[in-house]
Amino acid sequence: MIVAIDLAQPLSYTFFQRGLIVALIAGALCGLIGVFVVLRNMSYIGHGLSHAVFGGAAVAAVVGFSFFVGAGLWGLASGLLIGWVARKRIIGADAAIGVITTGSFAFGLALQARFGQASRNIEAVLFGNVLGVFTSDIWAVVAVAVVAVTVVALLYRRLLFATFDPEVAVVSGVSVNWMETLLMVLLSATILVTVRVVGVLLISALLVLPAVCARMLTNSFRKMLWVAPILGAAFGGVGMYLSWFVDVPSGAVIILVGTAVFVMIYAAVGLGRRRQLASLALH
Amino acid sequence: MITTEMNPQPALIEFDDVACSYGGPAVIDHVSFAVRPGEFLGIVGPSGSGKTTVLRTMLGAVQPVRGEIRRSTPDLAMAYVPQVETVDWNFPVTVTEVVTMSRGTRPWRAAARARERTEVAGLLERLGIGDLGDRQIRQLSGGQQQRVFLARALAQRPQLVVLDEPTSGVDVRTRHEVLHVLADLNAEGIAIVLTTHDLNGLAAHLPRILCFNHTVLADGSPTEVLTPAVLEATYGAPMDVLIHGGMPVVLESVPQLNLVDVDVTALSSPKPLRRTVLG
Repeated sequence: MIVAIDLAQPLSYTFFQRGLIVALIAGALCGLIGVFVVLRNMSYIGHGLSHAVFGGAAVAAVVGFSFFVGAGLWGLASGLLIGWVARKRIIGADAAIGVITTGSFAFGLALQARFGQASRNIEAVLFGNVLGVFTSDIWAVVAVAVVAVTVVALLYRRLLFATFDPEVAVVSGVSVNWMETLLMVLLSATILVTVRVVGVLLISALLVLPAVCARMLTNSFRKMLWVAPILGAAFGGVGMYLSWFVDVPSGAVIILVGTAVFVMIYAAVGLGRRRQLASLALH
Repeated sequence: MITTEMNPQPALIEFDDVACSYGGPAVIDHVSFAVRPGEFLGIVGPSGSGKTTVLRTMLGAVQPVRGEIRRSTPDLAMAYVPQVETVDWNFPVTVTEVVTMSRGTRPWRAAARARERTEVAGLLERLGIGDLGDRQIRQLSGGQQQRVFLARALAQRPQLVVLDEPTSGVDVRTRHEVLHVLADLNAEGIAIVLTTHDLNGLAAHLPRILCFNHTVLADGSPTEVLTPAVLEATYGAPMDVLIHGGMPVVLESVPQLNLVDVDVTALSSPKPLRRTVLG
């Protein structure tokens, strides 16, 4: 009973309700998109795009522009620029990500240092401030989640084909370039609406942790698309409550919860494999 | 160039003096040949000779910089089977999921989904892997992996199946399995084009071979084109050929080692050939 009262107590605050809703949906959204990020080995792109978004967010804060428009356009442009540079093959994709996104991040840091009055807004993007979200943030994350679920449901097989075997997908009539662009846009949009929950510095972890945990729990791509969003939402919800009670920034706690679950699953899977090997040795 | 008219039917696909490049010098040049309905064609040649580019051009993934490719119909149904090493076999999908991913959008109606399931199960059965539909792909052997790729290709109901080195890196038994599956499909009327490095284990068993090194050097049956002169022109190294049981057997020499030449008369060859062996 005491626990129930304690859990209900933060919900009496509107800012916590908003934060919890955004953390749950953002966690689920990151879990869903994270499945493609992990299976396509795009973790570094997720990490880089979040840093690129920071440059746009800083520009938007300095000129007093809408965060979503400024950071969104900047992130999208960075994503498309990375794809364009990588396709030219003068430098590798990883180098393109490194140059473009860190350049953008450095530009954001420079703006933060130069324009003090916008510094607080920029810091919220850097470290996340889930308890300071607005109603517009909730609508933004809901809209991106609805679009992401619809796209994955409608284009399930094409996305799967383009992820598993892009070479054959192309000659089988799947527009792999279009699928990659679509995933890049969804990833940029996900980062954009999630970045205020955990911040630029931690968002790649929220993209990767639910998906890698799901990968260890199931060998089915279809099940991963369910398990990863459920885990992501759980990390968001549990992290929010824990951050309230231990008085630690919510972004950090959400990622720590995910990391703890990852370590537990990793240990359990490792133990299971050792037992399997031992039983094989006995036979 | 040696050529033989083998099939009078109109071509499914025809290369007419085709050249392709990836931005630099031509990778393939002056390429002319045709594939007719029900044909089984093997393309042999050294690594880097442009065999895979021919396949990719055939499939429309590479556009010619010169020449013309004529298809029997603009929407000629072709399916591609890549080398098995090109994908991550730890990817979390089942055999059925791999086969159905080439079918486009998942049917919304239950009846259409049931029809698709039955068709896929039939395909797997036809390829001898009917019991593996729910199996994770990481649990498959090399031969089973190749059959899964073939099933995915057949799910597109192709008139022409194009395979890139289907027996690369597989053992003798798997090679036989793959060859028999392909022969069965060909007997059902599906045209097949494949590339291979395996001259004796695969190419010599095919009804038609193209010897290729940036262009077509010879086109005909194994006994017509697997000759020392054609092979030397194709691979740039001397190779002897003996006829064993009516089929050519290519003997590769290794000149850089300490070798001596001996007469090989003990082999059941119609005529004694000189073969190089370790001294």
